[in-house]
Amino acid sequence: MDAIEKNLLLEIAELDRLPVGAYNIRTNGALEARNTTANIDIVSKEDKPGIDIYIRPFTKNESVHIPVILSQTGLKDLVYNDFHIGEGADVTIIAGCGIHNCGGGDAQHDGIHTFYLAKNAKVRYVEKHFGEGDGRGKQIMNPTTVIHLAEGAQMEMETTQIAGVDDTIRKTSGDLAAGASLVIREKIMTTGDQRAVTDFDVDLNGDGCSANVVSRSVAKDHSRQEFASRINGNRACAGHSECDAIIMDDACVVATPALTANCVDASLIHEAAIGKIAGEQLIKLMTLGLTEHEAEEQIVNGFLK
Amino acid sequence: MLELRNVGYETDDNKEILHDVSLTVQERFVAITGPNGGGKSTLAKVIAGIYQPTSGQILLDGVDITHMTITERANLGLSYAFQQPVRFKGLRVKDLLSLAAGKNTSVTEACNYLSEVGLCARDYIDRELNDSLSGGELKRIEIAMVLARGTKLSIFDEPEAGIDLWSFQNLIRVFEKMYEQTRGSILIISHQERILNIADKIVVIKDGCIQKTGARQDILPGLLGSADAAQPACDYLTNKVEGVRS
Repeated sequence: MDAIEKNLLLEIAELDRLPVGAYNIRTNGALEARNTTANIDIVSKEDKPGIDIYIRPFTKNESVHIPVILSQTGLKDLVYNDFHIGEGADVTIIAGCGIHNCGGGDAQHDGIHTFYLAKNAKVRYVEKHFGEGDGRGKQIMNPTTVIHLAEGAQMEMETTQIAGVDDTIRKTSGDLAAGASLVIREKIMTTGDQRAVTDFDVDLNGDGCSANVVSRSVAKDHSRQEFASRINGNRACAGHSECDAIIMDDACVVATPALTANCVDASLIHEAAIGKIAGEQLIKLMTLGLTEHEAEEQIVNGFLK
Repeated sequence: MLELRNVGYETDDNKEILHDVSLTVQERFVAITGPNGGGKSTLAKVIAGIYQPTSGQILLDGVDITHMTITERANLGLSYAFQQPVRFKGLRVKDLLSLAAGKNTSVTEACNYLSEVGLCARDYIDRELNDSLSGGELKRIEIAMVLARGTKLSIFDEPEAGIDLWSFQNLIRVFEKMYEQTRGSILIISHQERILNIADKIVVIKDGCIQKTGARQDILPGLLGSADAAQPACDYLTNKVEGVRS
């Protein structure tokens, strides 16, 4: 792994050395390093690119890192990762993709992650997408996340894309059994001519299950963002979606939250707000001695923190 | 010392809000009072640089700040606590105290500022300044930010509004302690007698003009007297109306 790849690893997974616990590091479409533990097994798929990650029931306080690094221009990488989380397990999974593209060809990573959480399993899933490079080629990432939550399972997903991804279509879907809970927190910033599309589709199929989808985004320059969420309440459940966007310069943000209640006891709420930075926020920070530009930076950083 | 020389302010549609305001602020506590809509908050905003005066001159320690930006004035040592504090999604109390102090505030320092305004630091330091905080809590954090700045001139626009559960006595103690630490003047816009009571100087603004200015002992009795004077006037009018009816 060279210095560029090490830097990408640091950006997306905050790793400056091999992590403790299970990991699978993929560089330019090939396996770079892997480690398994007594409770966590990682097996390469035989019919298509990707891995199966098996976490034994009742595994506690363990983590899995599965970062992907692309530093070759023109490379298109497609990977299928399936996570099988045993009953009652409680683990953290850190994923992410970093692209460094200095050439003229597009570099693309499409990661399709499917989670199967057994009864009462609990997962904290963190993914970060980052791109850099001064070539003419684009950095493209299309992450798809499919989440199946069995009875009482809980999943918390934090997904962040702050810089350097030119084009992305991010699809997340989930189905929840009774008592399951899904929390998704998305943070996105687009600049230049970047385009980001996010699409959430959640089926609340069990009594007492709940979903909370929160997206905070900042669109700068000429960039365009589209946010769509669909929460379908099929039983006595609770669903909430929130899209909060700051729009700057000549950017464009489209938010289309949708709710469908197929049960009289489904309680569903959506909120969507798009607006520029409030003038009084800038003024307040300027009275603390910040310039207008510094104030803007603080507000954006805080909003996406 | 802050000095305003013949300051006037007109809105874009030529409505005159301030007219020929001249005053100096060099005392410990200076209170600006007067009826609603008289121009008090506009005056504070003109001093802070949020509004640019359309005539006159503003000097801070002899330096002409009339055309300086908000940031330049802040960096020269001017602080301003808003009447209605601003909410920020994502910025925490600790972040704003650090920005106010101009350095990364330690937990102990943040704790000191917050306890001064009657907030338990442990409960607030990591809270976002969003809709989850009440108006009163935001108001106290706003005051704590001015404490963290510790500048030579601090302006408070109706600091007592919304903090009814916290006693005025504590607010006054905050101002006194602040003066001990900064030795800088504190300019307070207020209607509250208990706040006017600690002022060294009181300025009364009405219809955009300074109506009266002077030492507390000269101005305050007249202000309180005017409330007492309302009763005979009411009685007079009531008697007159009843006279007409009979």
